Amino acid sequence: MIESHLSLLIVVLPLLTAPIVAILPNGRAPWLISTLVSWSVFTLACMQLANVSTGNIISYELGGWAPPWGIEYRIDAANALVALIVSGIAAVIFPYALKSVEKEIPEQQHSLFYAAFMLCLTGLLGITQTGDIFNLFVFLEISSLSSYALISLGQQRQALTASYQYLIMGSIGATFFLIGVGLLYAMTGTLNMMDLAQRLPELYEHRTIHTAFAFIMVGFALKLALFPLHLWLPNAYTYAPSVVTAFLSATATKVAVYVMLRVIFSVFGFSFIENTPTDELFLILCVVGILMMSFYAVYQQDSKRLLSYSSVAQVGYMMLGIGFGSVLGLTATLVHLFNHALMKGALFMAIGALVYRVGSSRLEHLSGLGKHMPWTFAAIVIGGLSLIGVPGTAGFISKWYLVLAAIEKQYWLIVVVILLGSLLAVIYVWKLIETLYFKSENDSIQPETIKEAPLMLLIPTWVLVFANVYFGFNTELTVGTAEQAIKLLLPGVN
Amino acid sequence: MKHNLILRVVSKFLIPLIFLFALYVQFHGDFGPGGGFQAGIIFSTGIILYALVFGVASAKKVIPPYILRALASLGVLIYAATGVASLLLGGNYLEYGVLASTQVAGQHLGILVIELGVGITVMAVMLIIFFAFAERGRSEEECE
Amino acid sequence: MKYIVEHYNYWLVIIIMMAGFYTVISRGNLIKKIAGLNIFQVSVFLLYISIGNVKDGATPIIEEGITLYSNPLPHVLILTAIVVGVATTALGLALVVRIKETYGTIEEDDIHNQDQSL
Repeated sequence: MIESHLSLLIVVLPLLTAPIVAILPNGRAPWLISTLVSWSVFTLACMQLANVSTGNIISYELGGWAPPWGIEYRIDAANALVALIVSGIAAVIFPYALKSVEKEIPEQQHSLFYAAFMLCLTGLLGITQTGDIFNLFVFLEISSLSSYALISLGQQRQALTASYQYLIMGSIGATFFLIGVGLLYAMTGTLNMMDLAQRLPELYEHRTIHTAFAFIMVGFALKLALFPLHLWLPNAYTYAPSVVTAFLSATATKVAVYVMLRVIFSVFGFSFIENTPTDELFLILCVVGILMMSFYAVYQQDSKRLLSYSSVAQVGYMMLGIGFGSVLGLTATLVHLFNHALMKGALFMAIGALVYRVGSSRLEHLSGLGKHMPWTFAAIVIGGLSLIGVPGTAGFISKWYLVLAAIEKQYWLIVVVILLGSLLAVIYVWKLIETLYFKSENDSIQPETIKEAPLMLLIPTWVLVFANVYFGFNTELTVGTAEQAIKLLLPGVN
Repeated sequence: MKHNLILRVVSKFLIPLIFLFALYVQFHGDFGPGGGFQAGIIFSTGIILYALVFGVASAKKVIPPYILRALASLGVLIYAATGVASLLLGGNYLEYGVLASTQVAGQHLGILVIELGVGITVMAVMLIIFFAFAERGRSEEECE
Repeated sequence: MKYIVEHYNYWLVIIIMMAGFYTVISRGNLIKKIAGLNIFQVSVFLLYISIGNVKDGATPIIEEGITLYSNPLPHVLILTAIVVGVATTALGLALVVRIKETYGTIEEDDIHNQDQSL
């Protein structure tokens, strides 16, 4: 029975858990249940990927209504890969959450915190599973609303303003998306993505379709923090609780990139994009974004903020692949989406372990602590190497494909930009390492009292660190699945 | 406002009517305009009216916050559990047809239960929002 | 002129949309921003509802002798979007209340003066 309802259970399990967790008394019960559920969802996502990795497509009809009338969950290799990384990150973050949340969030809010976390997971997984574009909007808002609430729980008061800023920007983005969907519906009379893909080609010349496309693109560019619409991201990630930062940075923007892929290639089709300046526009924005944001990252005085700016730059790398519009480019996008989730997850979790001991993420407070917390420090080093793209780490694989894609298209300038971006990454990662290891301790935080982070924080962090190294050598899962997915996204090319 | 005689009498007369209308909208939803969203809102306005006239504190005695939180969760659970029930009975998620002996009866039953869940959650959530804003930044006596 | 009159619903939507959007961007008062966001969202609701109307279509409740109905689907979609809008507004206002409690102001400029890092 589980086999036939696989794709549905991935969404419904966390959805059912959220209200149950919300009425549980505070304590460890909410955490325990959430953790168990996140593990089972991860197992289901693995089974789902195994089902579709051979090129199968799973179609699930909600309520037994056949598509295009009913809502359809449609899973191919691209969805399954994104669902796997989202649920995988959740499965690693929940065990980590116990200690970190106990430290950073007041006791009386614990059960509601886990409920909101579960809802956020529901929304993100729902976005990956659904094949209905309005359903996607609903899931998008479920995940966004719960993440606004989660961010506002940060310890510093700036968390409130950061969350407010994100709420305004995020709602504008979502409403833009809604306008686009409305115009598409007015033109085609359908909301099912496959059905839209069939009906759109004859309307390609129509102005309304172009408007709809523009609205959807801008809406999601806001959600995925594409330069120059990234202004909400650094604040939100800096002031959110450590767990939330680690989770959102590894999943929320990735899911938005996936939606971009889906809308551009599955719904509108690549032949539509070729006649619009979309790809050139993406390339320009990404190039400027990568350079500028990496540059900004170098000058930050807060470790979380430094990594946030780096995240915006990395989003640029992912969107570059879409801008290329080639098989290699899209492979790079999907692979980098997967790998970046691993590296940023590991890095933010390691920073979270520092925050657990020190109570601050500012570089001046962290200086010299690498010697007191060697394992945490080692995790940051390996995560940082992956972020730079050193061979032997996951980051290298995605950069490699990206450079290959750029060479194939003979965009030499972009090759230079990618390398320059990596160079800047070397600088800002070195800044982090230098502060942690080579600077003398800050006396105001009493460094002699700082011990290594507890195992509950270290083990999940190191799981992701190992994943970074593992996927640097074994690319069968990432690249193999990505290539399978691209056969469906770009049917004409192969 | 509870010293105002007219308001007290009129609202005591109105509140039961509001509740009754909410229940009508709730359960007539599958034959005419209506449903859980509207009914939940109407039901909550009854209690909000009570809170306005008799004070937030006495409204909270009628329906305490912890019950509201439980109700909000309960509604979502009813919704999700109906879907799971149809899964267990051999249909797809939220396929109401399998819930009863015939397709049509199943559809009726399914939508009624689902809308009940929606109604309960909407009612509870509206009241939670109202209470959260109404008592913020005031001392206890002012709430009375 | 006929073009404008015949598409009056779209013109209305555009005007409301721009009014709301402008308010969100230009106002420094956090409550006004939320109000603007609301107006912006309402314009999209109107867009959906107006395209659901079918010329000479009846209310979409099955009755004998009627063959042409308006399209009820946009209304259902927008019911969902309204709920989302309510949730966004409530959450936004709750944040504003807490911002007021911690900063003592709801003017963006004053908040920026208090926190240089934002």
